[in-house]
Amino acid sequence: MTSLFSKFDGTAGALGSLVEAGGRNPFSVVIEKPVSSTVGIIEGRETLLFGTNNYLGLSQSPRAIKAAQDAAATCGVGTTGSRIANGTQSLHRQLERRIADYFGRRDAMVFSTGYQANLGMISTLAGKDDYLILDADSHASIYDGSRLSPAQVIRFRHNDADDLYKRLKRLDGTPGAKLIVVEGIYSMTGNVPPIAEMVAVKRETGAYLLVDEAHSFGVMGERGLGIAEQAGVEADVDFIVGTFSKSLGTVGGYCVSDHPELELVRLNCRPYMFTASLPPEVIAATLAALEDMAEHPELRTQLKDNAARLHAGFHGLGLNASKQVSPVIAVTLEEIGQAIVMWNRLLDLGVYVNLSLPPATPDSRPLLRCSVMATHTAEQIDKAIEIFKQAALDAKALPAAA
Amino acid sequence: MSETVESVSALIIQKLLANPKVPRDIDGNCKIMDDLAFDSLAVMNFVMEVEDSMDVSVPLDKLADIRTINDLAACVVDLKNKG
Ligand SMILES: Cc1ncc(COP(=O)(O)O)c(C=O)c1O
Repeated sequence: MTSLFSKFDGTAGALGSLVEAGGRNPFSVVIEKPVSSTVGIIEGRETLLFGTNNYLGLSQSPRAIKAAQDAAATCGVGTTGSRIANGTQSLHRQLERRIADYFGRRDAMVFSTGYQANLGMISTLAGKDDYLILDADSHASIYDGSRLSPAQVIRFRHNDADDLYKRLKRLDGTPGAKLIVVEGIYSMTGNVPPIAEMVAVKRETGAYLLVDEAHSFGVMGERGLGIAEQAGVEADVDFIVGTFSKSLGTVGGYCVSDHPELELVRLNCRPYMFTASLPPEVIAATLAALEDMAEHPELRTQLKDNAARLHAGFHGLGLNASKQVSPVIAVTLEEIGQAIVMWNRLLDLGVYVNLSLPPATPDSRPLLRCSVMATHTAEQIDKAIEIFKQAALDAKALPAAA
Repeated sequence: MSETVESVSALIIQKLLANPKVPRDIDGNCKIMDDLAFDSLAVMNFVMEVEDSMDVSVPLDKLADIRTINDLAACVVDLKNKG
């Protein structure tokens, strides 16, 4: 009889050699206790966190913590139901209004996670005769949304507006609407798309545009609204999807839009309808974190300065780090073995980053994905750069000094 | 301009052979993932190159049914004839 689990033999083998090569399972790191937004206890030691998505440090916001405590005390800890049944409390409506107003949009839908927001919006908007046009390096939630949708799915070359144009032109004359999906900051590499060029393509071809601002919200733009605000193209973006789980430090997803039909999407969107809504304490904490973000634009300035400091430090060491400066800085290595050794050395020496292995990376090379926070101090960043130097030497990812 | 499965298959093989890691003795019946050890991402990236040469877009849901080089060629020919 065939084992149900034989399909995982490949994973088991890969994981086995990963642990053997480095001594740890990189996918089961436990943060035993968060000490602050930038430091956690891992393996009993204080470790610098350079691999979270907590860009503004708001997971530890005193205002958000207090709001969550108060909401739990007054509303309880869960809703036990879907947004379209018993799962909408006034806090949910309040958050939707607040998010929509913050973006200057007509309406907002709040989902239980950012993953579900992409899954829901993409699968619901693109119907049978429609076309989804995705950036090749899209996040898994975008690909999964496209699999849940009956639409035809076409990939274009990463961040390449000419390629996007070419692929849309090939569809000239086909019936069905076209929905382009791009991200504000790509989560693995920190790459930022040429959004103004993509908007021009969208206009010329009559397509719709959805931008996933998961990593750019709170990070880019004067008010932290993301890449669309920074590039001044908000009016051309039909749908902005985002998450509360990064800059706002809580959990949950959303979509904002000026299209009045968003109200109808609510009644056709399975990942919105068939899952329990966010608990009141999360909604209250998110509202509070949004106030923090609105009142403290200097967090964004600090984040930019910190990102530039780490970026310059990595390039100064001669590491193959991301070209663009953003809070996501990836160090690309040539070989998986080297990446495993380096990642383990980093953790031994007190720095946590994310290890990304192909095929989850764009070009079959491994990455050490680092993320910067507004709350990192200059000393913490300099220490991380020192530790990167040592770990890279130990992994022979940098030539030993002559 | 009429492409045939044979001509497109030949073009795909020619493109594959440009990659030194691909075995030299491939033919139209080779399975792209099993025989050539391409992962899902490598397949999608390779199909993009074929799309560009043939000026056609292969929707991702069609890829699910493609196993061999000839399957890919037949799919491209089919899409070209429809277009
Ligand atoms: C680009 C992108 N979109 C969506 C998500 C999903 O967000 P969440 O983790 O809040 O579900 C993530 C992160 O996981 C992401 O990186």
